[in-house]
This record gives sequence, structure tokens and C-alpha cells, in this order.
Amino acid sequence: MTARPAPAHEPAVLLRNVDVRYDRVEALHGVDIELARGTALGIVGPNGSGKSTLLKVVAGLVAPSHGIVRVQGRAPRDVPPGTIGYVPQIEDVDWQFPVSVRDVVTMGRYPRVGPFRRFSAHDRRAVARAIDALDLGAIADRHISELSGGQQQRAFVARAIAQEPLLLLLDEPTTGVDAATEDALLHLVRGLVADGLPVLMTTHDLDRAPEWFDRLVVVDRKVLADGTPADVLASGAYAAIREHTHVHGHLR
Amino acid sequence: MTDLLAPFEQDFMQRAFVVAVVVGALCSSMGTYVVLRKLSFIGDGLAHASFAGIAIAYLRGANFYAGAAVATIVTALGIGFVHRRARVSLDTSIGVLFTAAFALGVFLMSRSPRATVDLQSFLFGSILGVSPGDVVTVVVLGACVAFVVAALWRPLLYTSFDPIVAQAAGTRVAAIDYALLVVLAVTIIVSLQAVGIVLVAALLVTPAAAASQLTKRFVRMMATSCAFGVFSAVGGLYASYELRASSGATIVLLATLLFFACLGIGSIRRAGLTGVRRRQRAP
Repeated sequence: MTARPAPAHEPAVLLRNVDVRYDRVEALHGVDIELARGTALGIVGPNGSGKSTLLKVVAGLVAPSHGIVRVQGRAPRDVPPGTIGYVPQIEDVDWQFPVSVRDVVTMGRYPRVGPFRRFSAHDRRAVARAIDALDLGAIADRHISELSGGQQQRAFVARAIAQEPLLLLLDEPTTGVDAATEDALLHLVRGLVADGLPVLMTTHDLDRAPEWFDRLVVVDRKVLADGTPADVLASGAYAAIREHTHVHGHLR
Repeated sequence: MTDLLAPFEQDFMQRAFVVAVVVGALCSSMGTYVVLRKLSFIGDGLAHASFAGIAIAYLRGANFYAGAAVATIVTALGIGFVHRRARVSLDTSIGVLFTAAFALGVFLMSRSPRATVDLQSFLFGSILGVSPGDVVTVVVLGACVAFVVAALWRPLLYTSFDPIVAQAAGTRVAAIDYALLVVLAVTIIVSLQAVGIVLVAALLVTPAAAASQLTKRFVRMMATSCAFGVFSAVGGLYASYELRASSGATIVLLATLLFFACLGIGSIRRAGLTGVRRRQRAP
């Protein structure tokens, strides 16, 4: 089954009045977000504000306790395999697992190819392009435990890119990476957005938000502000989260 | 050379040889997933759970494999269900269900006046006692397991490495986990007559753990594990014949020797690599 983009009038992501509860703790309340194709939407908020939960809801990893979530017009778990490319904040994987960088990137094609079909020339090209795009060629045959934090992050972004998703979810991809890697990621994401890919990304780095995003949403369990980066950064909502965040280094 | 092959001129040894090759290859291949997913306890648990089915089959005069299969697969699915629904750790779920199934087997056996069966053959295996029918059953079930593992190669690998991202990308992680549990249960059933309930977990875990010391690539690890498993099973069978010892125990002891040899080789290689890196860093 090949994933196709939803009709142009259908938003890439739609959240309507979404609540998420973990037992008695409310992680999100009444969240409304709409993301059009070819748009990069940044999600900012203090630690524990529900940013990562929001991405997990869109990825179908966490079920909302109330409200509607649609990706390409369908419930996240009903979208065709390969539709959603997800790069979590902290990769909770076994770094001793016996795979190389190339193996990891190749896994990105698995949902598209399925269990039985052979890898086509297109599949191999998608893997090669993703490795090149993240500048992983020189270390493609290294074991994953031999990589630096930034290289590991690039490998997992490359896996998501190799998947050729119709929606890209990035959970703080620039945390712990060097400036050169951050620039490369920014360039890559803006290129994908220019090609029509919708991107939903959480971040702590507000300094560069206008470079990364077309729209910015401030979240603290609920949506406090939603607009262009310039408008949101100038708003009271931004000042409010600045007050009680501990990440002063970024939220200046 | 003729003397060396003399044991295999006998029919029962030829049958045992075929079963040893199949069991060695299957257990060690599945063991790669068991070790990488940190499921070592489940091999032991499912093997013990089979005892309930063996007891019921024995008391009813039914087929040993059918009884073991029902008990092991039901327990495997139950372990997965309790783990997901009751939000308890997989280890806890295994601990609760396998002891219950094993206890049921002991309970039924203890209440039956017909229970004169030699428990030792269930506990430690009797590979020399396999019938031609057993060989056919082992080969057919082994081929089924190999087919399923080959068919699910990609989703099994992806969900073993990164289940969260695999699920977000549309892989049915729960279905793959259940499939792995069922395939693991069948592998254990196939292996019971060769190495028995107590020792089958060792044949699942030890060759794969040995292979993990020598390679950092998945395919190589599975191939090396498979080679170690077959070598241990056939070599152990041969050694047990010459030493007049328990075949299951000898197979497991040979696998353990291989593990410690690989541990030594792996440690030396890692120490060598560390030394090279230090020298490269030195001005």
C-alpha cells in the first residue's frame, strides 16, 4: 500500500479539542491545531508542558482521552504505513544493537516496502539520498555505538527522510547537536517544507524560531498562542513561558 | 574416520542427528531475537509452561506435541496479553503465568494414579529416543518457523531495534510481538524432546550470546549463532554418545564452553581496539 497525500483541501494534521490524560494527570487540554501542507509548525513551551505528548498523539502513539485527531484526513493509526516520519527526542534504543548507520537508515524503508516486496531501485535511491542529505556517507558502515550524539541524531533523521513520509514529526532534533549539524538540519527541513512536506517540530531554541518555522504555537497543556514566529515572540504568551522556564540559555 | 562416524550408522543416532541439526539451527536463530530483545526469561518460562500440556496429553493418551503446543502457545499469548493490559512488566507477566502452567502440570500428574511416567525425559530431554514420526514433526514445524521468521524479517528487526518509531511509521508492533511469541513457543516445543524443559532456554540464549561477542552486525550475529547452535547440538550429541552422558546436558555444556571462548576472544579484541584508540589519540 502506497501512501498518497490527502486532497489539497484536507489539512495534513488536524487536532480538535484534544485532551490527553496519563492516569489522573492532564497532559493536554482542549488543544486545537491545524497544519497545512508545506508548512513548518514549531511547538514551544516549558518542560513538562505537553509538547512531546502532542507529537505522540499525532503519531498515534498516545490515544487522546477526548477530541479528534486526523492525519491526512484519517485517524493516525489508520494512515497507510510510511505516512508518518517520527524522530523522538531521546532515542530509547539499545546502542549495542548490532546495526550500522546504513542499516538504521534502511529501516526507514521497511514500512513502505512491507515484509515481502524486494527493495526496488527507488528504495535504494531513497536510502542513498537520505544518507547524502545528512552527510553520513563517511560513517555509513560504522556501528551505531561508535557515533557522537549529533551523528546519532542525524542517522535517525536520515531514517525518517528515507521513509519519504507525508508528515514529519521532530521532537527537539537540535538538542545536544553542534552548530554545524543544527545548520544542516535547518537547511534540510526548510528544503523539505519548500517541497510541500508538512513538518511539526518541538524546540526550546526560540532564537532561531523565525528561521525554522512558518508558524509557532506556544503550549502549556493548552494552546496559549498561535501565529507567525514574530507575532508569538512578541506576545504575552511568550513572556509567560519565559517566566517559568528553566532553560534561560535558550529562552532569552 | 570410519570409527568417528560409527555412532551415526545406527538408526536412532541418525534420527537424533537430524533433530539436533534442526533444533540447533532453530533455537539459535530465534535466540538472536531473544537476546537482543532481552527476553531470556521467556524461553525458560515457555518451556516450563509446556509441562501443563504434556501432563494433560499424557493423562488423556493424546499427542505429546499437540498438548505441549496448546499449553505453550496459550501461555505465550497470555503473557503478551497480561503484559499489555495489566501494565505489568514482561518479566512479571512471565513469572506469574509460567509458574501457574507448570504448577498445573505438577498438580495433574500428582493426582493421577497413572502418573508413572519418567519425568526426567521431559525435564532433560531424550534425543536418542525420537521416533521417525517425531523427526517428521520436528522438520515440518522447524520449516514453518523458518518460513515465518523469513517472512517477518523486516518488521521483526525494526520492532526489535526501535518499536516506538516503527509503530509511528505504521508497523503493527503488537501483532509482530504476538507472532514472535507464538514462533518462540513452537521453537520450544520442537526442542523439548532434544534438550528438555530445563535446558531448552540455554540453547535459545547461549549461542546467540556467544555470537554477540564476535560481531556488531545483525545478519552475521544470526548466522554465527546458528553455526554455534548446530555445532553445539551435533557436537554435544556425539560427545554424549562417546561419554555415555545425558545428551541434553552435554549439548548445553558444549554451548556454554563456546560462550566462554567467545567471551575471551571478544574481551581481547575490545582491549586491543581500546589500545589502538589510545595510541591514535596520543600526541
